[in-house]
Amino acid sequence: MWSLLQIELFKISKRPRTYLSFAAITAIVLIFQLAFKADGKSYMDLMLQNVQDNFELNKENAINGYFMCYIILNTLLVQIPILVALIAGDAISGEANMGTLRLMLTKPISRSQIILSKFIASFIYTILLLVWMAVMALFLSILIFGMDDMLIFRVKGEESQILQILKDDVIWRYFAAFGYAAIALTVIAALALLLSVFAENSIGPIITTVCIVIIFTIVSNLNVPVIDKNVKPWLFTSYLVGWKGFFYIGTNTEGQPIPGSIENWPAIRNSLFILIAHIFLLLGITIAVFRKKDILS
Amino acid sequence: MQTILEVKNLTKHYKQHTAVNELSFHVNQGDVYGFLGQNGAGKSTTIRMLLSLIQPTSGEIYIFGNDLNTHRNEILQNIGAIIERPDLYKYLSAYDNLSIFAKISNMKADRKKIMEELDRVGLADRYNSKVNTFSQGMKQRLGIAVALIHNPSLIILDEPTNGLDPQGIADMRKLILSLSYEMNKTVMVSSHLLSEIELIANRMIVIDKGKKIVEGSVRELLDPSKTSLQIDTTDNDLAFVTLQNTNWTGSLVRKADRIELQISKSDIPLLVKHLTESNIGIHALQPRHSLEAYFLSLTNPENHVEPVAN
Repeated sequence: MWSLLQIELFKISKRPRTYLSFAAITAIVLIFQLAFKADGKSYMDLMLQNVQDNFELNKENAINGYFMCYIILNTLLVQIPILVALIAGDAISGEANMGTLRLMLTKPISRSQIILSKFIASFIYTILLLVWMAVMALFLSILIFGMDDMLIFRVKGEESQILQILKDDVIWRYFAAFGYAAIALTVIAALALLLSVFAENSIGPIITTVCIVIIFTIVSNLNVPVIDKNVKPWLFTSYLVGWKGFFYIGTNTEGQPIPGSIENWPAIRNSLFILIAHIFLLLGITIAVFRKKDILS
Repeated sequence: MQTILEVKNLTKHYKQHTAVNELSFHVNQGDVYGFLGQNGAGKSTTIRMLLSLIQPTSGEIYIFGNDLNTHRNEILQNIGAIIERPDLYKYLSAYDNLSIFAKISNMKADRKKIMEELDRVGLADRYNSKVNTFSQGMKQRLGIAVALIHNPSLIILDEPTNGLDPQGIADMRKLILSLSYEMNKTVMVSSHLLSEIELIANRMIVIDKGKKIVEGSVRELLDPSKTSLQIDTTDNDLAFVTLQNTNWTGSLVRKADRIELQISKSDIPLLVKHLTESNIGIHALQPRHSLEAYFLSLTNPENHVEPVAN
């Protein structure tokens, strides 16, 4: 199994498309950083236009490395599923298309081992993407913009809120958020891998995964009570942005933030549980389907 | 002779279509076993079932005395195969491809062993070149190296000469023979060309529409005494009447543009002499093995010939 995993990682490392994802992340993050370095004050003015009177802030320090990373993650974590699908969606279908799948399956390894090694390789790839994002969006931003207290702009129900997190209370939240994002993106990898089993070229599963994510995300963002109650709980996309929960700091009875706290840990825990259940379910279906599949490619 | 591979009543249905139908055969140790059938006869489906790429609808497969269903990995550890094309990782080098498949085959292949294998198939000097720069013949040779890297005792080759130029075909033939005679491997090789099988196999099976037509030793099945002769003469009607009065009346048939009959190869000169003495000129005379005639009739139903008895 370890040997198979090494082989999968070696194959991923030798494909140019692997590095496209890292290049894309680098380019987007740098554009954000340049834009905010050049004119971040205008953005902050816009966000704070309604609260300036009753909220004492140093706007210069508000645009810091922590804030930048949050803004970038908010944007990029919607696009990252596409990059994950590029690799996971190609895992089986790409081999079928090349004809190497049938050669591989004539060797003394079980089909379950093949799926597991490809899944773990996709997971590791996802982790590496997130580590690169952390390096670029968090650590490079800290280097460029420095560290200070972090502001979070949030819409809760009908109300707009600004949360302030002390700078010493931020970094662990990022580690937790990246961990959560890794699990959320692994659901996408598991979905793409499942679709990959049915196809004999990689375009189909990659596009289908992206379409599913887009459609589910749109439905997850609809504010219709009947959908809120009956549909959203069943869509994994409803839980993809759960990482933000780590930045919703808990408050005391007087409304003061409590350092080290999270407003709604049970909700995050439930979301994590649902995402992990999705991973196991999708992976289980993938193995069951692949074990029975006739290889005709 | 020890049986290496035994197939019993193997069947594969795809919805309404039956690709393989109650097929039974066996391959003995040391055989070069020809698996002959026209395109679409069910050869590839059968081979894929032997390699557990396709699940049979029914039937049993025993390889090295073990049931493929229950001893899959153990069996595949001892099989090397190329199915249709030798598709490899095009973005990797020959060395990397071989190294990967050696690892997958649980083979601890060091650099020396891999280079030896590449040298054996004449690719040592291109070890670092990516496969997408290789010709079809080079890919085929690398495919053979991949099939042999773990030193299997049974080699299964599905249409190994497809897409090769004449030199490539000759090299492949030589390689298959060397696998059997020099390396003592058992080889099962499929083809839609009887001439190919005739040159390399000692035993063979002919299948059509997924069913066995005939199985046996190539020498017996292509026995010269079972030659089918097609004759076109200056006067086919007169030649037909003349031949009806001879001993060669077995399967004598008058076709629109020729006469056909079964005859021993050694009798052909006598037949020519007899027609010439009867003042009948010969335009064309085409001897064919009965099996070849039957096999050709499969691809051209107008020339229908009954199957040869086993």
